[in-house]
Amino acid sequence: MSAPAQPSGPTPDGGAPSPLDVAALDAAVDAALAAVAAADDLEALKAVRTQHTGDRSPLALANRAIGTLPGPDKAAAGKNLGPRRGRVAQAIAQRQAELEAERDERVLRDEAVDVTLPTGRRPAGARHPVELVQERIADFFVGIGWEIADGPEVEAEWYNFDALNFGPDHPARQMQDTFYVDGVTGPGTEAGTEAAGAGRPNLVLRTHTSPVQARSLLTRGAPLYVAVPGKVFRTDALDATHTPVFHQVEGIAVDKGLTMAHLVGTLDAFARAIFGPEARTRLRPSFFPFTEPSAEMDLWFPQKKGGPGWIEWGGCGMVHPNVLRAAGVDPEVYTGFAFGMGIERSLMLRHSIADMHDIVEGDVRFSTQFGTEI
Amino acid sequence: MPRIAIDWLADHVELPAGLTAEQLAADLVRVGLEEEAIHGAAVTGPLVVGRVLERAPEPQKNGKTINWCQVDVGTHNVDGVPAADGGTPRGIVCGAHNFDVGDLVVVALPGTVLPGPFPIASRKTYGHVSDGMICSQRELGLGEDHDGIIVLPRLGFAEADLTPGQDAIALLGLGDEVLEINVTPDRGYAFSYRGVAREYAHSTGAKFTDRGLPENLPTAPPAATPDGFAVEVDDAAPIHGVVGCDRFVTRVVRGIDPQAPTPAWMKRRLEASGMRAISLAVDVTNYVMLDLGQPLHAYDLDKVAAPVVVRRARAGERLTTLDDVDRALDAEDLLITDSPDGARASRVLGLAGVMGGASSEVSATTTDVLVEAAHFDPVTVARTARRHKLPSEAAKRFERGVDPRLPAVAAQRVVDLLVELGGGTADAAVSDLDATTAPAAVAVPAGLPSRLAGVEYSREQVVAILEQVGCTVEGDGDVLTVTPPTWRPDLTEPAAFVEEVVRIAGYDQVPSVLPAAPGGRGLTREQRTRRSVARALAEAGLVETLSYPFVGEADLDALGLAADDERRRALRLANPLADDRPLMRTHLLVTLLETARRNVARGLPDVAVFELGLVTRPVAGAPAAPQLPVGARPSDDELAALAAAVPPQPRHVAGVLTGRREHAGWWSTGRAADWADALELARLVAERAGADVVVRADAETMPWHPGRCAALALADGTVVGHAGELHPKVLERLGLPARSVAFEVDLSALVAAASGEPVAATSVSAFPAAKEDFAFVVDADVPAEAVRAAVVAGAGDLLEDVTLFDVFTGEQLGAGRKSLAYSVRLRAADRTLSADDVRAVRDGVVAAAADRVGAVLRG
Repeated sequence: MSAPAQPSGPTPDGGAPSPLDVAALDAAVDAALAAVAAADDLEALKAVRTQHTGDRSPLALANRAIGTLPGPDKAAAGKNLGPRRGRVAQAIAQRQAELEAERDERVLRDEAVDVTLPTGRRPAGARHPVELVQERIADFFVGIGWEIADGPEVEAEWYNFDALNFGPDHPARQMQDTFYVDGVTGPGTEAGTEAAGAGRPNLVLRTHTSPVQARSLLTRGAPLYVAVPGKVFRTDALDATHTPVFHQVEGIAVDKGLTMAHLVGTLDAFARAIFGPEARTRLRPSFFPFTEPSAEMDLWFPQKKGGPGWIEWGGCGMVHPNVLRAAGVDPEVYTGFAFGMGIERSLMLRHSIADMHDIVEGDVRFSTQFGTEI
Repeated sequence: MPRIAIDWLADHVELPAGLTAEQLAADLVRVGLEEEAIHGAAVTGPLVVGRVLERAPEPQKNGKTINWCQVDVGTHNVDGVPAADGGTPRGIVCGAHNFDVGDLVVVALPGTVLPGPFPIASRKTYGHVSDGMICSQRELGLGEDHDGIIVLPRLGFAEADLTPGQDAIALLGLGDEVLEINVTPDRGYAFSYRGVAREYAHSTGAKFTDRGLPENLPTAPPAATPDGFAVEVDDAAPIHGVVGCDRFVTRVVRGIDPQAPTPAWMKRRLEASGMRAISLAVDVTNYVMLDLGQPLHAYDLDKVAAPVVVRRARAGERLTTLDDVDRALDAEDLLITDSPDGARASRVLGLAGVMGGASSEVSATTTDVLVEAAHFDPVTVARTARRHKLPSEAAKRFERGVDPRLPAVAAQRVVDLLVELGGGTADAAVSDLDATTAPAAVAVPAGLPSRLAGVEYSREQVVAILEQVGCTVEGDGDVLTVTPPTWRPDLTEPAAFVEEVVRIAGYDQVPSVLPAAPGGRGLTREQRTRRSVARALAEAGLVETLSYPFVGEADLDALGLAADDERRRALRLANPLADDRPLMRTHLLVTLLETARRNVARGLPDVAVFELGLVTRPVAGAPAAPQLPVGARPSDDELAALAAAVPPQPRHVAGVLTGRREHAGWWSTGRAADWADALELARLVAERAGADVVVRADAETMPWHPGRCAALALADGTVVGHAGELHPKVLERLGLPARSVAFEVDLSALVAAASGEPVAATSVSAFPAAKEDFAFVVDADVPAEAVRAAVVAGAGDLLEDVTLFDVFTGEQLGAGRKSLAYSVRLRAADRTLSADDVRAVRDGVVAAAADRVGAVLRG
């Protein structure tokens, strides 16, 4: 690659030009500049540098000869040589920079890779969308100044039913498809009270997250603004739209002066937070033991199959005075509202999930679609 | 749930012409009667009246005889010309024989779709092309009668009104859509045309006539007479102090023609409303029940011996109900009994308000009928219906509450219909045992509806609405005295009257106002930790899954849990979904391993899953939860008893990894998940929870490999989790790949152990660091953690970081020895370290290592 140096001026073999011989000096400079220009790699340039600026180069020799000149000539010779040597040095430095840039560029080019190769060395994890939706919902309620409450999934019947105004013979208590607890089995129980037939423990798998509302009201009293997302249980068989283990979010607000208008306002804001700015809700008269007045809540759903329309989203109403009384809150002073809706249903609507099996079976390919945020 | 046929509804309320089921549903949902379904027309297509012109019996090889018929179907004839004008009738094959030439029948022409759906087409059969079908009642969904085809005059149609070719769908009422509505438990009265019509009137303002009131009957019901059929109520065990029966009306109709058919219009209405036609007496009682909401019973008078006694069942009594099931009765069951041979209350006739018995059933020979119209306690009926799994039409109404003023009116309607349609004669004797009480008045502040709804209702509006729903309103102060109507036993709380006002005025009147909460404290530390842990695990490459918490003994056996393992102490469900999984899980891995296995079985080789959830750790001998009343705050002692009964339910987090932890690809062949991955993830959980844990070997805990399992413990020694490789036998039993690893940690315990206090930061030193390396040789069974602890102790305050960078075993060390190489970084807060400082640390580390774990520096 590197072309041999081709000096065009006087060669070292030809002897040094006189420092006063301007023409000879110019010839040496021209030879040097031509050689610099011809050097096409760093090796060649290194040879050019030695040849034209090294100790044995014509210009160096001429420079050295200045010392032998008589005094008056020294200054003239110096003026002859200084700028000429400078031009050569500058040309070399410039060429050096050019060639280094070329080399660097070539090295980077040679190191190029195929960036379309796959890069997934680490496995990608994901959250379950049922959990992510609950977190989104919790964030909404925290944002409007509420708190999030948790409670047990195996619950005393009193909290699940009676505290919410479902008496033992209330027809709605039979509509809840409840899992009842029989007793305890395993180590330490053989001689225990269960085996001796102590009767039912009066525990159930909670059929809704409302018992947490009752617990919150009992322990914190009014005013109270809490939302309760969580797992609930009903004795439904698993099919495309039902699962015996599912999730709900319920909310309760108890304060002085709360009305159904506040219920509607909260539901509207909630619907917009989850389903977008077009979302709105509609109430229809209904019945729940723990609210009076009670309402079914419909959601306006633009993406509904077969065209935009209302779909059932949950139940709500004004907290029944007996629920307040069960928590020691005076219904003459405080009023409240409560609501609840299914997480899976909301998720299925929001993400066009056709079959409940995908949500409950634990296939990683389902969760992976959602990543860590929804 | 009740089905509403529009033409029947029109008996009670004025309806606009052409009202569709869809519009009716929209009108009713506004006042709280939700649409369950709209049932489409039963029959579509050309179903027409035909006259049989010829009938040629043709015996077949299979022993049957078919009839080759020529049927005049008017303009539907082959040439479009009625037979009377010389047209050509259609040829139809018919297998029935209960008709003859000249009879008017119902013909389904090709293109008709009968219930099933069963489409009719021309088809070749028995050597003819049958150009349609002559229909039986069953084929049209009109009843069970399939003994022959319909001959229209026999169904009560006048021959003069019928023309061949006439549309039979309209004639038989088979083209109407029927609305099925959902009635909530508080609105029992809406289980009737009367109640639905009232609600329709509330919604639309249409004119409503209450046919449940005596004054709106054609014949006013007579008062009880001394010679009425004797009835006694003898309830020795009322539930909640409420006598099981507070009203019992009887009427007698004699001389009914047992052959008298139920008229077509009534059959059609019954069928449209979802009931089968059976016999005149039964159909009439069902008809009046659907119409007014009063369940009724018709007895064969000859099979009932006075007095009828209403009483609770006795031990050992049995009854065969109308559905032919022999039932053992419970002492709580309320019975209708009679007194054969003078033995009072000795024979059971039926379960009161639920279902009658077979013995006193009206039959094909019954001429004299005893009509019962009674009022029973909702709780009694509900419990009996539930106990015997008999959600009968009567029970559905009684358990939701029936208007106690209806029995006399409904009985009169039944009597009128039996006289009119069956040719019977009503006895003048009537019995009416009436212990009902008028509904109690409730004090309702006139401003309460506005206070609860956030809508300004005037006092006049409140009064008008309450009167509209049937209440009597008195009082002219701030508080109204409101007496609910007899059909609204649900109206007992002032708030219930508020609901009436708001729903009749319209829920859509309520504005939308977001309340300003006083401001919360944000998520709790536990809630924030839960999120942080879940996100950390997801970011670490694990996929979150959820599983049902139901397990069985076999699942615990598969994990190799010992008989006395704490994780075998579990809650057992009384009514599990699957009998082999009756227990609530006590830890997560038992179900998470199944999730992992399912993923592997679906062809996914590298699976890393985690689950966060509650587990149930019941305490042996825990007390039962007290049963406490509604509407009252429990005492503190009672609350403590409730708390003691609910089992501890800590939140756990578990993970399972199988296959590769790092993927194979063009860069490498990947890396298999191993015990250290599981332990790293468990430590990640503890770190995110802010809890310090120490790790030690655990050779005892299943389902882990005894040599590759770490227990994680809090500083006080409490074990809060395990991590490592799973036991090979367990993996084999579960069908999971060898060397799969897992962890499970009690997150609640970690959160409780973390201080939660703000970190007190130490300032960062900017002085230079010094690095020193040590290679120690120790006995092979010395845990690395012990060596590290010795290094830390020996290094003192100048230690900034210690890293184990090499583990080595080899011949040159000798058998049973290993080398552990540590790199330490030292730094002082206030100066550059001197050579003396570093030497002192080095000496201290070597001395501590020698002293604590017998380590020698490797030469």
